[in-house]
Amino acid sequence: MPEVTYVATDGSERKVEVPQGRSVMHGAIQNGVRGIEAECGGVLSCATCHVYVDPEWVDRLDPPSEDEEDMLSNTAAERRPGSRLSCQIEVTDDLNGLRVQIPETQS
Amino acid sequence: MSDGLVVLGASYAGVQIAVSARESGYEGPIAILGDEAELPYQRPPLSKGYLSGKVDDATLPLRSAGFYEEYRIKLHLGTAATAVDRRGRAVVLADGTEHRFDRLAFATGSRARTLSLPGADLDGVYTLRSLADARQLLAAMRTAERAVVVGGGYIGLEVASTLVTAGCQVTVLEASDRLLSRAAAPPLAAFVTEAHRSRGVEVVTGVQATRLLGEAGRVTSVESTDHVSRPANLVLVAAGAIPNGELAVASGLACDQTAIIVDACGRTNEPEVLAAGDCAATRQGAAVLRLESIQNATDQGRAAGKAVAGRAEEHPVVPWFWSDQYELKLQMAGLVAGYDRHVIRGRTDSGRFGIYYFRAGRLIAVDTVNKPGEHLTARKLVASPAGITPEAAADESVNLRSFLKAAQPAS
Ligand SMILES: Cc1cc2nc3c(=O)[nH]c(=O)nc-3n(C[C@H](O)[C@H](O)[C@H](O)COP(=O)(O)OP(=O)(O)OC[C@H]3O[C@@H](n4cnc5c(N)ncnc54)[C@H](O)[C@@H]3O)c2cc1C
Ligand code: FES
Repeated sequence: MPEVTYVATDGSERKVEVPQGRSVMHGAIQNGVRGIEAECGGVLSCATCHVYVDPEWVDRLDPPSEDEEDMLSNTAAERRPGSRLSCQIEVTDDLNGLRVQIPETQS
Repeated sequence: MSDGLVVLGASYAGVQIAVSARESGYEGPIAILGDEAELPYQRPPLSKGYLSGKVDDATLPLRSAGFYEEYRIKLHLGTAATAVDRRGRAVVLADGTEHRFDRLAFATGSRARTLSLPGADLDGVYTLRSLADARQLLAAMRTAERAVVVGGGYIGLEVASTLVTAGCQVTVLEASDRLLSRAAAPPLAAFVTEAHRSRGVEVVTGVQATRLLGEAGRVTSVESTDHVSRPANLVLVAAGAIPNGELAVASGLACDQTAIIVDACGRTNEPEVLAAGDCAATRQGAAVLRLESIQNATDQGRAAGKAVAGRAEEHPVVPWFWSDQYELKLQMAGLVAGYDRHVIRGRTDSGRFGIYYFRAGRLIAVDTVNKPGEHLTARKLVASPAGITPEAAADESVNLRSFLKAAQPAS
């Protein structure tokens, strides 16, 4: 199973195995990773699943849709180059080793 | 040792109260008592992705079991609370066990309103509130050919959209003169009505179901005040929700019918008792406001949890809600009641637009269709004292976000 590393704001890391086809948000919520709220449950309605994708990985993801792009301009924590909504990143074998950082706040 | 915080109801509000109490420094024991057997789960998908197959059981839990352990929150699931003894500071469960508390929080939510019509107890007649309900409905949908949805609110319309997409013949019966009469303003309701009709749903307003007929105990048709009998092998009653505040009423808390009255920090009229979510309501002048939404359950739960930790603080919040029907993402920010003017931003026939509602020149609410980014901006605009003018809102060449920058406090 692909492994995703979640980096908390204090720098501590959590490695989680996320089943193929599930989202990076799902991996966080179902494994008790703190700092991802996901109020809407992954339907692109809330922007409380914001993460910063590690620079090394940004270009290896499918680019955000137009709607996600629009929402990223409105996240609670500042937008940075690696900003993504984690409910929109589907985990595949190619993403084994993906690193994402949790932002300061989601709301 | 203190008896700690006991939360009644294991769903959005209950979980949020417990989590916020912990995160705000509450160190006592925390127990959540819930009557449903599952780990607290998401309700919105039950009328949406769960029925269309896009969402499965594995994605439903709000949090993992380990999360509650880490927060030292004890979950007691599968048993209902049957009595609250406020003097004795104890909750009694259906299995006879007692849970003592120093602080008590009601997060008992609401339940689906049922019909007291002849035939309402026939097989093939469903309501939708819980995962158990959704499983039954999903199973029934496999053989549904003709469905009648009683009630044209969000839940009824979401299920109607899934049913008609799956090839079922669907009628929506709505007693009031338009769809979404409680939850949305006429401009959005008109768009939604057209969306359903153009996809083949029969939308009938101003008509009430009067009788359900069946054969061998199974529903076969629905009769209504328009003197039409519509064949149906699946009937969904989606006629609103009733707050589960009976235990609070019985224990003498201030209530409006069965809604528990709370202040902006989730406190009831008794200092040691809090309430949040669908079962709670606030006074707004002479009126009582009760919202049924994830946002409200979360925000009220957060406020109540902070109050448990002795950190009650009022936060202005903008209510928001979403509904997914067909490929339409409807999002509502603010409260539309009392608007005197509205403008449309974008073109409704494009399927991507916003409706901006004003009262006395001030922006009070925004509905968007397939514009999730604009919805987030709209929430901030509704909250900002500077707001926006109707003219600017209607002008797509105006950048809405520039109004937010201008409104930022100088500090
Ligand atoms: C099908 C459906 C779709 C929805 N879609 C959306 C949406 O898209 N967006 C949105 O914002 N909102 C939506 N909502 C509304 C949203 O789900 C509710 O506002 C929210 O669940 C309220 O949370 P709550 O914790 O206050 O109450 P609830 O979620 O109702 O939970 C209350 C819990 O308490 C339990 N309980 C009650 N009495 C007792 C007792 N005596 N002892 C023990 N346990 C008890 C109940 O069984 C339940 O588990 C939807 C609701 C439904 C039913
Ligand atoms: S979970 Fe709501 S947008 Fe990702």
